[in-house]
Amino acid sequence: MTETDDTGLLAGLLAGIAGGGIRVVDLTMTLDRHVPTIVLPPEMGQSWPFRMEEISRYDHRGPATYWNNFSCGEHTGTHFDAPIHWISGKDLPGNATDTIPPALFVAHACVVDCSEEAAADPDYLLTVDRVAAWEAEHGAIPPRSWVLMRTDWSLKSDPVQYLNMDETGSHTPGPDADLVAWLIEERDVVGFGCEAVGTDAGQAQHFAVPFPCHHMMHGNGRFGLPALTNLDQLPPTGAVVIAAPLKIRRGSGSPVRALALVEA
Amino acid sequence: MGQARRGYEGIVAAAPVTVPYARYSIRSAHWFCGRALAGLIGAAGLAKAEIDGFCVSSFTLYPDSAVGLMQHLGVSPRWLDHIPMGGASGAVALRRAARAVQAGDAEIVALIGADTNHVDSFRRTVATFSQFANDAVYPYGAGGPNASFAFLTDRYMREYGARREDFGRLCIAQRENALPVPHAMMKRPLTMEQYLNARPIAEPLRLFDCVMPCAGAEACLVMTEDRARALGIPFAPVLATVERHNAFPDDPIQVRGGWAVDIGALYDQAGIGPEDVDLFQAYDDYPVICFMQIEDLGFCAKGEAPAFVRERDLRAGGDFPFNTSGGQLSAGQAGAGGGFIGLVETLRQLTGETHGHRVEGARHGLVSCFGMIVYDRGLCTSAAILGRASA
Amino acid sequence: MTTKLPPPRPKDPTKRTRLPTRPPGNRSREAHGLTAMAAAGRFALQTCADCGTVQYPPRQVCGNCLGDRLQWRDVSDGGRLLAETTLAHSNDLFFRDRLPWRLGVVHADAGPSMVAHLAEDCIAGARVRLALSIDRAGNAVVTARPEHPTPNPEDDRQLREMTFDPKDRRVLIVDGKTELGLALVRAFAGAGARQVYVGHAQPWRRSPHLDAAREIDAATLFPLDVTDTDSVEELAATIGDKVEILVNNAYHLRMGGAVGRMDLNTAHDEMAIHYHGLLRLAGHFGPVMRARGADGAHGAAAWVNLLSAYAWANNPALGTYSASQAAALSLSHCLRAELAEGGVRVVNAFLGPIEDEWHQLAPPPKLDPAAAARRIVAGLKAGVEDIPIGAVAEEILARRAENPKEIERGIGL
Repeated sequence: MTETDDTGLLAGLLAGIAGGGIRVVDLTMTLDRHVPTIVLPPEMGQSWPFRMEEISRYDHRGPATYWNNFSCGEHTGTHFDAPIHWISGKDLPGNATDTIPPALFVAHACVVDCSEEAAADPDYLLTVDRVAAWEAEHGAIPPRSWVLMRTDWSLKSDPVQYLNMDETGSHTPGPDADLVAWLIEERDVVGFGCEAVGTDAGQAQHFAVPFPCHHMMHGNGRFGLPALTNLDQLPPTGAVVIAAPLKIRRGSGSPVRALALVEA
Repeated sequence: MGQARRGYEGIVAAAPVTVPYARYSIRSAHWFCGRALAGLIGAAGLAKAEIDGFCVSSFTLYPDSAVGLMQHLGVSPRWLDHIPMGGASGAVALRRAARAVQAGDAEIVALIGADTNHVDSFRRTVATFSQFANDAVYPYGAGGPNASFAFLTDRYMREYGARREDFGRLCIAQRENALPVPHAMMKRPLTMEQYLNARPIAEPLRLFDCVMPCAGAEACLVMTEDRARALGIPFAPVLATVERHNAFPDDPIQVRGGWAVDIGALYDQAGIGPEDVDLFQAYDDYPVICFMQIEDLGFCAKGEAPAFVRERDLRAGGDFPFNTSGGQLSAGQAGAGGGFIGLVETLRQLTGETHGHRVEGARHGLVSCFGMIVYDRGLCTSAAILGRASA
Repeated sequence: MTTKLPPPRPKDPTKRTRLPTRPPGNRSREAHGLTAMAAAGRFALQTCADCGTVQYPPRQVCGNCLGDRLQWRDVSDGGRLLAETTLAHSNDLFFRDRLPWRLGVVHADAGPSMVAHLAEDCIAGARVRLALSIDRAGNAVVTARPEHPTPNPEDDRQLREMTFDPKDRRVLIVDGKTELGLALVRAFAGAGARQVYVGHAQPWRRSPHLDAAREIDAATLFPLDVTDTDSVEELAATIGDKVEILVNNAYHLRMGGAVGRMDLNTAHDEMAIHYHGLLRLAGHFGPVMRARGADGAHGAAAWVNLLSAYAWANNPALGTYSASQAAALSLSHCLRAELAEGGVRVVNAFLGPIEDEWHQLAPPPKLDPAAAARRIVAGLKAGVEDIPIGAVAEEILARRAENPKEIERGIGL
């Protein structure tokens, strides 16, 4: 057995995590029965909510074991949207959870703090201008980065407030259509992440191009990472996000345990 | 009409036996039957094998019938009958046996009515008494015949103006009759005040209207007069018998029994009338049925029994000796043994073997029996008249 | 008039809860013909097809002409009370707990005499109206009421053992977010229910019906999602020992069959609500209700399932929905047997199409939800076990009884 090489790249990473130089931030909501899934008209196909049934709990069903069956849709809780999720991305190569190159699951993150705007306006849309202003402060978004929209929306623990529904649908913040196109074409992002239930704004079904973030991101082989939390613990730049979906054959996404590595 | 009924000339009953009653017993019905048989052969001076016929009534032999009992008792009879008629069994057993002896199918027939009473056996018996009871009475909560007789009593009181005091007179007289009888369960005198104020059971019935289930046996022998004389034992000739089942099915509720159908046949066969009856043993699990027997067997008109018991003295020494050993209301109801208690007491009175009060100079004894409320009324009635042996 | 029941009082926590007992339940096969009639709320007795004689108790051969063509026919429910008794003693544990208990013999106009449980206002010698009711063991018994109604019949101490009048009882309506749910809340509150607990799932979906239910004095709202085991368990832990009538009205109706719309997710959702939902409710509310079957005048009494009439006959236009309803119906029979141990009765109401959004394409006649709710409450007051609601449901049950193969082919929206 050889001595561990403590001079390699990964050794430095591990040493950083162990020594406190690198913080690991959990960006994931707890999966439980209260986790909301996207609300669709009732006559449409519905995503199963997260449900769990005990298999055994050290009892007659299994004296030594505690374990559960759970069920949920692929897009439940903090989750990863693969390009195949949207019709615009259905024919792309490497578009599903089992075919996406795994290196893409680890990427740099740019965090745009919109918490004040979202507090003032639940329908707040993040624009190119607002991101340009952010770049003026923090530098241009590097290629192959996640753009994460911090709104503090995930602090709303009540599902009713979190979904914020009325008769016109949900009212939650998201990107506007121009920003999505700009991020893809001008900044080559790996994807868009946010704290609301979906990557598009709550009112996005009423936009000229409905659900632009889904439509364009997935149509261009980019990903989505909605229902994140703890974005307030990330720096504007420099964090590394690890968000790998379950390797489901032809999967359109999956709940993920999203982690961020942040230099202290 | 059909041919005339034959009489029972030369046929007698003898050897009255009672196996003492117990409120509850850990013995089985087989034990009570066996002890009754032992009593019979002891009283008659017979060997067990000389009894070649058996007529048995019991609710609690289950899962046996009279058949299994024969092996249990070690006997090989050439004639066997099992009479499932409960309280009506006694007079029915008598007439069956009398005909068997008369025809020569058997020489000596033992009549045995016996039941045990375990702590829970009464409830079990009534819980599975009949299909009609299971379907249409038992689920209503009475858990036995109390409610059925409460209905009959309530109806009788409304229809004929009977009062509780009238029933009380009968119960009190019977209790007096029971006091000197050693095996009677009730040994203390009953006052009208006690009767009227007893704890309610199923209104209008109160405690002393209701027979007490217990364990015990009643038995006797049937044989020819010649055989009885040869054995040197007292006997009483069988003069007449009747039985009837499901009489008056169109009566919406029972106010009369099959005796009213057969009264003529009974007295004609005996060659006497009600006025010649010196003592009367009537089936008495509840007093209202005694009233119906007094009426239906010709001692007064329908509905007049209340007045009758007010005017007559029902004690053994009175002008209408009635249930002279106290009946079941004082002695207890030993299951199917209750169907034989009147027969055995009549035999004792006519042969002079009484345990209690003696009715002096009695020549004719009437016994009537009643049984089997499978739904709303007693289905079986029977009666017999016994005479006194000529010297 | 019937003696008023004492107003319900909070339970004394130092008092032991009586264990449930049942009246004697041993019946012949023939007698279960009475149970079938009672379940449908009919007063029908065996009638000889040859000579017309009405038979009671039930039998296999006519007591008059010995013919064996005994048919269950509706007969006059009139009669005269010939005799009565009040039991002060019983050898049966169920009745011992409930003494005194009043019984009578009724001479039915139809012919036979019948032992019957009496309503308080029945008078010996007077005319009465007979009914077949179902007792706490789930079997038919004869009950008698005064010929002309007297005040407060819903307070009758004895007949309340055989009926489920909501008065003073605490009721759980599982889903208060539908039109029918609101109608049920109103109907039970209107019938004098002491409390109406109203369940509601998916709090982010607004419901004007739930908003209206919230305004009803007797109503208290609780989160309840029958697809969620933890949710059902939580509510059972909160109010399970108070629910006296549980009304499972959760439903999920989508058009489509097996070939035209092969959609396992929709079929799953239907099963999740109709079948697994009932199973979850049974698993969590059932044990405590069964244990409270004898908890005084206000013990658990009834479990009501609102089922589709298509549970009996699959409507291919609603094929997977019908199948999930059939699964629920079958499970309800299991539940009925298990709850009977505690004297708690399972009542199934079978609905035809109602006037709600999911029955948009169903042709009339469609039931007004308020009328359906009133019918359900009336059925509970009468103690009926199977309540067909509306003309469509009645027709399905009648056609099925006549020829199940015909309805199998002839059914459709």
